[in-house]
Amino acid sequence: MNNEGVDKSKRQFLTSALTVVGAVGTGYLAVPFLAQMQPSTKAMAAGAPVQVDISKMETGQLIRVAWRGKPVWIVNRTEEVLTTLSTLNDKLRDPLSNESIQPPYSKNPNRSIKPDIFIAVGLCTHLGCSPTFRPEIAPVDLGNDWKGGFFCPCHGSWFDLAGRVYRGVPAPTNLEIPPHRYVNDSLIIIGEDTVEKTA
Amino acid sequence: MKSNRWTDCGNWVLDRFPLTKLWNDHMAHYYAPKNFNFWYFFGSLALLVLVNQFLTGILLTMNYKPDAKLAFDSVEYIMRDVNWGWLVRYMHSTGASAFFIVIYLHMFRGIMYGSFKQPRELIWIFGMLLFVALMAEAFMGYLLPWGQMSYWGAQVIISLFSAIPVIGDELSLWVRGDYVVSDATLNRFFAFHVISVPLVLVLLVLLHIIALHEVGSNNPDGINIKEFKDPWGHPVDGVPFHPYYTVKDLVGVAVFLFFFATVIFYMPEMGGYFLEHANFIPADPLKTPEHIAPVWYFTPFYAILRAVPDKFAGVIAMGGAIVVLFLLPWLDRSEVRSIRYRGGIYKKALLLFVISFVSLGYLGTQPATPTATTFARIFTAIYFGFFLLMPIYSRWEKFKKVPSRLTPVTSLEDRIPALIETFEEITVKTPVTKEDGTTVVRRKPNFNGMANVVVRLAKKLKESLD
Amino acid sequence: MNKLLTLFLIFMLPFTVLASEGLQLQKADIDLTNNASLERGAKHFVTYCLGCHSAKHIRYLRIAIDFDLKEDKVLKEIAPLGANIYDKMTSAMNAHDAEKWFGIMPPDLSLIARSRGEDWIYSYLKGFYTDKSKPLGVNNTVFPDVGMPNVLWQLQGEQTPVYKNVDGREVIEKLSIKEAGQLSEKEFDTMINDLTNFLVYVGEPVKLERERMGKYVLFFIFMIFILSYLLKKEYWKDLH
Repeated sequence: MNNEGVDKSKRQFLTSALTVVGAVGTGYLAVPFLAQMQPSTKAMAAGAPVQVDISKMETGQLIRVAWRGKPVWIVNRTEEVLTTLSTLNDKLRDPLSNESIQPPYSKNPNRSIKPDIFIAVGLCTHLGCSPTFRPEIAPVDLGNDWKGGFFCPCHGSWFDLAGRVYRGVPAPTNLEIPPHRYVNDSLIIIGEDTVEKTA
Repeated sequence: MKSNRWTDCGNWVLDRFPLTKLWNDHMAHYYAPKNFNFWYFFGSLALLVLVNQFLTGILLTMNYKPDAKLAFDSVEYIMRDVNWGWLVRYMHSTGASAFFIVIYLHMFRGIMYGSFKQPRELIWIFGMLLFVALMAEAFMGYLLPWGQMSYWGAQVIISLFSAIPVIGDELSLWVRGDYVVSDATLNRFFAFHVISVPLVLVLLVLLHIIALHEVGSNNPDGINIKEFKDPWGHPVDGVPFHPYYTVKDLVGVAVFLFFFATVIFYMPEMGGYFLEHANFIPADPLKTPEHIAPVWYFTPFYAILRAVPDKFAGVIAMGGAIVVLFLLPWLDRSEVRSIRYRGGIYKKALLLFVISFVSLGYLGTQPATPTATTFARIFTAIYFGFFLLMPIYSRWEKFKKVPSRLTPVTSLEDRIPALIETFEEITVKTPVTKEDGTTVVRRKPNFNGMANVVVRLAKKLKESLD
Repeated sequence: MNKLLTLFLIFMLPFTVLASEGLQLQKADIDLTNNASLERGAKHFVTYCLGCHSAKHIRYLRIAIDFDLKEDKVLKEIAPLGANIYDKMTSAMNAHDAEKWFGIMPPDLSLIARSRGEDWIYSYLKGFYTDKSKPLGVNNTVFPDVGMPNVLWQLQGEQTPVYKNVDGREVIEKLSIKEAGQLSEKEFDTMINDLTNFLVYVGEPVKLERERMGKYVLFFIFMIFILSYLLKKEYWKDLH
């Protein structure tokens, strides 16, 4: 064997160099393999924004559409509903929506861009069931305290007509508001954000 | 080594699992002959391709749909909509063909150097079982894209089962799960291809390597390196597999990957041999393609099948072509392992075998015209002759003296001067006047020199065959 | 000697294929980097082919990305009216009607370039000629007894065959334009070339990109080869 000192360092260098290059190569190979599991174009297409025409909507009506496999509700709220909303604040867990998920343009007392049109993802924030639409006041099964809202039959969570969750029910946060924008007064696109114009 | 958390963890495992012993027995203290040449790369390359097929295969199953109505479209979905799906698909399809190239060369090494002979018969048997399993895996995998060639290739081959007397039709029905190749067939082939056969392959690879390590590797000289040991009990002509062959096999891997990547990125279809043109048409049970041919790696056996005029006899012949390979350790009566020291008869026989195997492969891709069939019959006879006459001709050979120690190896670098000399012989420096008046010296082909080189090579070939 | 003869004869076998049947295919000039040609080809496809043939594996979004066009432009100028950018190029033709009118559903053309080849498509589209004996009044040199009508006859004009005698049989030597169409021969050839170019693209949209990536991959692997070879030589120095 030749003198060990010189050879060993060359060996070290080559081994390290090869390991580094090999690791980089493995990384380059891993990227496509891992990216492969990301949503495909088909999934992106299925998750594409959905257009909703509300020109023919009646007052008090709820339209349900599917976006990204989830139900999205569009509710035409009456004047009475809007005035009732502000009276419920102390019964609610998160009246100002500080802990809940909504786009910035829906973080207001009515949780919507236009007060009379309410848009929300129709899934209970507890474990994902779809609540029922109960706009009527004080029905027999829900009692006098029910001022209109959404009732989840799975575990009994209560949400008001701005999707805000009541205290004392299993659901932790208000109903999620999806990104959306108004193309004009009668056409909404669910899945695209409203770009706020800075005043 | 200083005792710290890492070494303690390590020792906890080593106290409970024979990792050190395994590493030593199979890598650091496994002594392999030091004269492994080019032909010895293909074992580790086969393992690399197996891993490739596993990884890319799993990724494909995430998006592939094994339903007759959905399968073809799901493959195109992978090619277009799935991120990097095209790369995974091409790696898998190229890998399948690469697997057979590597395996055929690996088997050829075994035949050349007598690696199938005593005491390595079991390694050879495991290897042949691996070959059969690999063919089954490839055959079933090929049905999955559900193209025209997938469908009709499967239809033709499965219908061969019906040629078996008495039980044939029932057997075909059982294999297909239906009266024709259909969704039922596709689904079960998917199950076999993704789970059962891969498990069998992994098991057989383990058995193959364990059997090898039990007796030790053969070498190009075919001699037993364990005859001469040093004071520490290690073969003098051996080197520890790690680091010498781990580092050498790494070079082999790099060269292989270069060719592999070239195909994937520049010619994944390989002129219709790796991805057949007809398979880009969805399977149509009502329309048979003009030429049904199996994928290139099955064509030698397909040619043998077609060469025999009777359907059942053809099936027997095709199966027999594989069976004779199993019998090789017992057909060869020579006491000498490696082709380097065997007589001229065997060398010429092997050359004929190679020519006939390759020719049969080519003929299998072509339509069965009368001329082609005649040639196929001749080559089938040569193919079987190589094996079945071996007990006779391998006993009459005039052997050369087998050395007791390994012969020295000429490395690639030692051969370069000779290559440069040959290059200078076949070219000649000629002055060339360019358009702008300047004169440059260019190398031009020297036909005289070329003729001389060809004649010399032909003489060398003839000598080596004696 | 016999071995050599046998080898030579085998080597000659493939050339028997060239004992040709009919006309040779014309060569298409495929250039997948020519976005203008591909764009024209896409428009031709939607105008003349999409009525019967789908290309259901390609989305308009992919065309926008690969041809470097804005999504609005694709939806306005290439895609049919009312299409969404994520839509695939599907045809309005349904299987039931198609079988009634043509006897068979016109095949999807997403992969036609990979199964038939570019020269075949190019020659096929140029190879229609008048044949009164056929139900649709036309035949095709590349695809005898084809069941497809000559959709482009108004642009190409009417072609008739010129026969020659081969071994006592009448064989088509070439086609000639009997009555000119709206496009000159050169304009028509360009149109068919654009269309073929587009179909080659649709066959494998990722082709250009994979070829582009290839050189980096090969370079990288070459680096690994150099390093590993040096490492091997270094270790094997021990053995003499």
